Amino acid sequence: MDLIRRSVVISAAAFALTLASPLTQAADRFITVSSTTSTEQSGLFKHLLPVFEAKTGIQVRVVALGTGQALDMARRGDADVVFVHDKAAEEKFIGEGFGVKRQEVMYNDFILVGPKSDPAKVAGGKDITEALKTIQTAQAPFVSRGDKSGTHAAELRLWKVAGIDLDAVKGPWYRDTGSGMGPALNTAASMNAYILADRGTWLSFKNRGDLTVAVEGDKRLFNQYGVILVNPEKHPHVKKVDGQAFIDWVVSAEGQKAIADYKIDGQQLFFPNAAK
Amino acid sequence: MADALLALESLRFDAGGRTLIDSVSARILAGRRTVILGPNGAGKSVLMRLMHGLIEPTAGRVAWADCTTPVQAMVFQRPVMLRRSVLDNLIYALSLAGVTHVERTTRALDVLHRVGLAHLASRPARVLSGGEQQRVALARAWVLRPQVLFLDEPTASLDPGSSAEVERLIGVIAAEGCSIVMVTHNLGQARRLADDILFVADGRITEHTPVADFFAAPRSAQAEHYIRGELSWT
Amino acid sequence: MSTLTESFATAGALVIQADPQLLGIVALSLKVSLTAVFLASCLGLPIGAAVAVGRFPGRRSLTVILNGLMGLPPVVVGLLVYLLLSRAGPLGAMGLLFTPTAMVIAQVVLITPIIAALSRQIVADAWREYEEQLRSLGASTPRAAFTLLLDTRFSLSTAVLAGLGRAVAEVGAVMIVGGNIDGVTRVMTTTIALETSKGDLPLALALGFILISIVLILNALAHAVREWAVRRYG
Repeated sequence: MDLIRRSVVISAAAFALTLASPLTQAADRFITVSSTTSTEQSGLFKHLLPVFEAKTGIQVRVVALGTGQALDMARRGDADVVFVHDKAAEEKFIGEGFGVKRQEVMYNDFILVGPKSDPAKVAGGKDITEALKTIQTAQAPFVSRGDKSGTHAAELRLWKVAGIDLDAVKGPWYRDTGSGMGPALNTAASMNAYILADRGTWLSFKNRGDLTVAVEGDKRLFNQYGVILVNPEKHPHVKKVDGQAFIDWVVSAEGQKAIADYKIDGQQLFFPNAAK
Repeated sequence: MADALLALESLRFDAGGRTLIDSVSARILAGRRTVILGPNGAGKSVLMRLMHGLIEPTAGRVAWADCTTPVQAMVFQRPVMLRRSVLDNLIYALSLAGVTHVERTTRALDVLHRVGLAHLASRPARVLSGGEQQRVALARAWVLRPQVLFLDEPTASLDPGSSAEVERLIGVIAAEGCSIVMVTHNLGQARRLADDILFVADGRITEHTPVADFFAAPRSAQAEHYIRGELSWT
Repeated sequence: MSTLTESFATAGALVIQADPQLLGIVALSLKVSLTAVFLASCLGLPIGAAVAVGRFPGRRSLTVILNGLMGLPPVVVGLLVYLLLSRAGPLGAMGLLFTPTAMVIAQVVLITPIIAALSRQIVADAWREYEEQLRSLGASTPRAAFTLLLDTRFSLSTAVLAGLGRAVAEVGAVMIVGGNIDGVTRVMTTTIALETSKGDLPLALALGFILISIVLILNALAHAVREWAVRRYG
C-alpha cells in the first residue's frame, strides 16, 4: 500500500507541476501572420514587431514558410494576415476570395549570387536575362529553390523573360532543391553554384563559402512585398480588428520608418513603399 | 475416517499434442498431508496445478467437497517476491483476498512473528536469502488462512537448515487443520511429512496409500523401482 | 574542425552568460517534451501492460503493430496532427495550431507507441516469472497488469527515457504543428534547424551541444536513480 501511495503521490505531483507552469505566457491578444522564410531569416520581424507590440499590446506570431505555403495556410484559415512577396500569387489569392485587399509595404531586390571563380563569366553584369542565358548555355551549376516561394516564382519568371523553356533545357546543371532560401544558399555554397537570392537573406547569411554577388541592379530584380488581411467572410474566426491594426501600422509613417531603419552592417535591407 | 476434500473425476490434460494427465480419478482426504511422488515428467506438477485451478482440464473435473471452492494457497519451488517490503508482500496477498485495510497489517505482522521473520518486515523482500524468501512465501500463503495448501517442491532449492525450518512450518500449518498437498523428490521428507502418498507415473495415479504402507510394500514395480532409485541418493 | 572548436566556445559562452533567450528556448523544449512524455506514459504503460498480460484475439498482431509504430516518422506525425488541428480540419475550432499544446499533442502521438512497445516487452518478461504466483493469489488480469507495472518500475524508466530522448530530439513534428514562432513555439531543435538554414553553423552546432548535454544529464540522473533503487530494493 505504501508503495502504491508513494507512486500515486509522485505522479500527481508531477502532473500538477506540469499543469501549473503554463506552456504559453497568457498572451491575451495575438494575431498569426503567415510570411516567408526569407523575410523571417533577414531578421526584419525581430526588429519590427516589438515596436508594434509595445504600442498596441498585440503580440504578432509569425509562421515562416514559402510564399506558396504561406498563402495556402491562409486559405485554410490558419492565419489572420499574410505578408509575402509574389504579386501574381497574391492577386490570385484575393481573386479566389480569401483576401480582402492587397497593400504594398516595401521592396527589396533579388541578386544573382555565384562562385568567385565565375565559370559562366557573368559577374559584374547588369542584365539578368543575359546572365541567365549565358549560364544555361554554359550549363554552369545553378541551384533553384523549387518550393513555390516568391523567390522561386521570380526565378521562373526571369527564365521565361530570357526566352528559355526550362523544361526543355533542364539537365544536371539545374539543381531543384525544394528548400528555403537559407538551405538553398547552403547547397549553392557547397556546390559552388549560381543562385537567385533576395538581398535580405544574403546580407545576413553567414555560410557564404566561395559565393559572391554576380549580378545586381537590374530593374526586373525588383521584389515587392504585399500585406493582406485574410477574408473574415471566408473564415469568421479571423482576428480582423487586430489584424487590420497591424496592417494599418505597417503602412503608416511610423511602421514604414521602422522598416527603413532596419540595417545589417550599415546596409538597409528593405525599402518602404506603401501608398501614401 | 476423514472427510473427502476434493474428488478428481476422470481428469485429462493435453498439451502440445501430448496427453500429460490421462484419466485420473482420486479422492483427496481433508485434514491430511498428501505427498505426490513420481519420476520426472510423470505429471506431478501438472496434476497439482489442475487441483489448484491454475490450469483447466481438457476433460473431467475437479470437484471440491463443499461445493464452494475453499481458500487455497500455493508455494512454488522458486519463491516469487514482489519488489517491495516483506510486510507489503503479505499485505498484497491479503488485499487480493479482500481483507480490510485495518486487519491487513495486524494479520501480516502476526504471521511474520510466527515464522520468525518479524525483524525483516520492512526489508525489501528481494534482498533476502533463498531460505528467507521461501519462508516469506510460506507466510504469505499462511496469512490467507487457507484450507488447502499446495506446495511444489518447496525445499528443492534450499540448504538443509532452511529446509528443516520450512518442514517444521508446514507441520505447524497442518496441525491447525489445513490440508496439505505437496510434490517432492525428497523421500526422507515424504516419510517425515506425509500421511498419504499419491504415486504418479506416465500421467496416471498408480498408487494412493498411507505413507507407511507405501514405503513398506509398494504395490507397483514402478513405485518400487522409484523408491530404490531415489533412496540410493538420499 | 575550426567550426567545431568555434561551436564549443560559443556553447560555453551561451551557457555561462545564461542568455535569457536561450534559457527560454531550453525551458520550452523541456516543458513540451516532459509534458508529452508524462502523458504518453499515462497512455503507453497501461497499454503495454495490457497487451503483455491480456489474452484476446489479435494480440500478436497488436504487438507487431506497436513495435512498427515505434518507427513513425516525426514529420508524418506532424503533418497528420496539423491536418487535425488546422482551422480547415476537424478540431480547428479549438485554436490549438501553432501553440505549445499542439506540439505536446504531436509528441504524445509520436512517443506513446515507443513507451507502449517497450513496456510491453518488459512486462511480458516479468509476467513469465510472476504469472503463476499472481494467479495463485487470485489476482485478476487488470490487477496483475498493474502489479507488474509497479514491480518493473525501474526497468520501465528505461522505456520512458527512450521516449523522452525521442521527444527532445525530434524536429519534424514540432516544426509543422508549432510553426517555430519566435518566443512562442521555438524549441531547441527548431532553433538549430533555423540557424542552420541561416547559415550560422557554429551557433547551430553550439545549440546542438547544449541539447546533447541536457539529454546526457537527464540520462545520467535516471541511471543514478536506477542504481540506487537496485541496491535498495533488489
